[in-house]
Amino acid sequence: MTTDTAKTGRAPAAGDPTAIAVTGLHKAFGDLEVLKGIDFTVRRGEVVCVIGPSGSGKSTLLRCVNLLEEPTSGTVVVAGTEVTDPDVDIDRVRRRIGMVFQSFNLFPHLTALENLTIAQQRVLRRDKAEAERIARANLARVGLSDKERSYPAQLSGGQQQRVAIARALSMDPELMLFDEPTSALDPELVGDVLAVMRSLADEGMTMLVVTHEMSFAREVADRVVFMDGGVIVEEGPPDRVVGAPQHERTRTFLARVLDPAAAEVGEVADAGPEGKRVDR
Amino acid sequence: MPLTKRQRTRVVRGSQYALLVLVVIVVALVADWGRLQRAFFDVGIVADLFPEVLTTALVNTVLYTLLGFGFGLVAGLLLALMRLSSVPPYRWIAVTYIEFFRGVPALLVFIALGFGVPLAFEMALDQYVTVMLSLGLVGAAYMAETIRAGIRAVPKGQTEAARSLGMSHGRAMLSIVIPQAFRIVLPPLTNELILLTKDSSLVYLLGLSLGQYELANFGRDALNEYKSLTPILVAGLLYLVITLPLGHLVRRLEARTAKAR
Repeated sequence: MTTDTAKTGRAPAAGDPTAIAVTGLHKAFGDLEVLKGIDFTVRRGEVVCVIGPSGSGKSTLLRCVNLLEEPTSGTVVVAGTEVTDPDVDIDRVRRRIGMVFQSFNLFPHLTALENLTIAQQRVLRRDKAEAERIARANLARVGLSDKERSYPAQLSGGQQQRVAIARALSMDPELMLFDEPTSALDPELVGDVLAVMRSLADEGMTMLVVTHEMSFAREVADRVVFMDGGVIVEEGPPDRVVGAPQHERTRTFLARVLDPAAAEVGEVADAGPEGKRVDR
Repeated sequence: MPLTKRQRTRVVRGSQYALLVLVVIVVALVADWGRLQRAFFDVGIVADLFPEVLTTALVNTVLYTLLGFGFGLVAGLLLALMRLSSVPPYRWIAVTYIEFFRGVPALLVFIALGFGVPLAFEMALDQYVTVMLSLGLVGAAYMAETIRAGIRAVPKGQTEAARSLGMSHGRAMLSIVIPQAFRIVLPPLTNELILLTKDSSLVYLLGLSLGQYELANFGRDALNEYKSLTPILVAGLLYLVITLPLGHLVRRLEARTAKAR
């Protein structure tokens, strides 16, 4: 990490408490305006959960943070580097930001261990032995030491997602982005993934999590952001946003998510532009 | 008495068998088997053809095919990447090339390279280079389209995952996308190899020396010598020795791909 920040020459001032700062963020896909002016910050070590109905722009917001989506206007500053500055080498910034996808996106032609080492070797230029040592430590961290020789197709969805988390961790990220990490999982596999995320939070990792898991948001998040229609409707401590929401839209959404029967209906309607991006 | 539907089916099928048996009997009676055997499968001639038909003809067919395939694969990958480039002129060049070489007969390309180039530029290309280019230039056009389809078939999430780990676009292509694309296109590429094996027979146009004969040329030469179709049949069977296992391989690869999905 130290060499890395030295190379970018953009190391944040020690003790800079801001991990992510988003200002006036707009994003449109053609005529469809998905983000209509977002301002928010994530402090170092903070766990922020973004909740909201499908199509509310929460995944797009997350993807704007590591520039998988190019914002239409506004600025995004990650760990002291303005990623929306056209002169910034985005590849250098991205290696400091771990990203976990809804559809895992493990590399199917590589074993679990190779999934964890390839970017360490190709991007961070670590030698093979060191990359493997770090990879094994991270597989152990997610409880999958015995799966290092398995290919993704041989793993369950929950195991794949834990490998994907270990892959992101192997780059020693300063913060982690989670894009609906449990939405593609069978219900009985969700717990293992959430447990890994919970332990990461306990270790002090900065996390921005788009999720439908209200119990996770409630128990783990320092702050919950509710988005609807491309704007932040309300944000605050989970007890307030999830426990005692101020806005009618938040209340309607939570009622639908927390009441299983209504949630069932909500799932069917799930086809927003940033919705189910399952690749296979 | 009208027949029931089942009886009618039985009668129709029975008469089809009867017709087949009749035709076989007539052919067996009419045909001059001795002459046919002399024409198509004269054991003496077959014995005469060996071992040269293997050591020269079969070996050269395989060699020419691999030369063309190797060149076609490299050029095809390059064309596929150009076709997907964000720089429009590269796309135009690739499209023009692919459309041209898929649209003209391979025979014409052989004549152009084998006779046209030496005459027009007053230079003699090495025989093997001529073979490699003639087979490869056409093969590249087909393989480019196959490889492009394979690259497009790799899910977008793979590139996103690679980029979010800090890989550059080129690195993500090289380490993540292209290896997966090649696994996807392995069956169609093997098909391409089968087609090239057969197209390699066009090499006989180039007027090669005896030691450079491949199966078609060898068969044609022996046909003149023995006045028998036997060499052609032997050559044909030896093509099958190459293409049938490859076809089997394609089906196994396809089954494996289907399972991995």
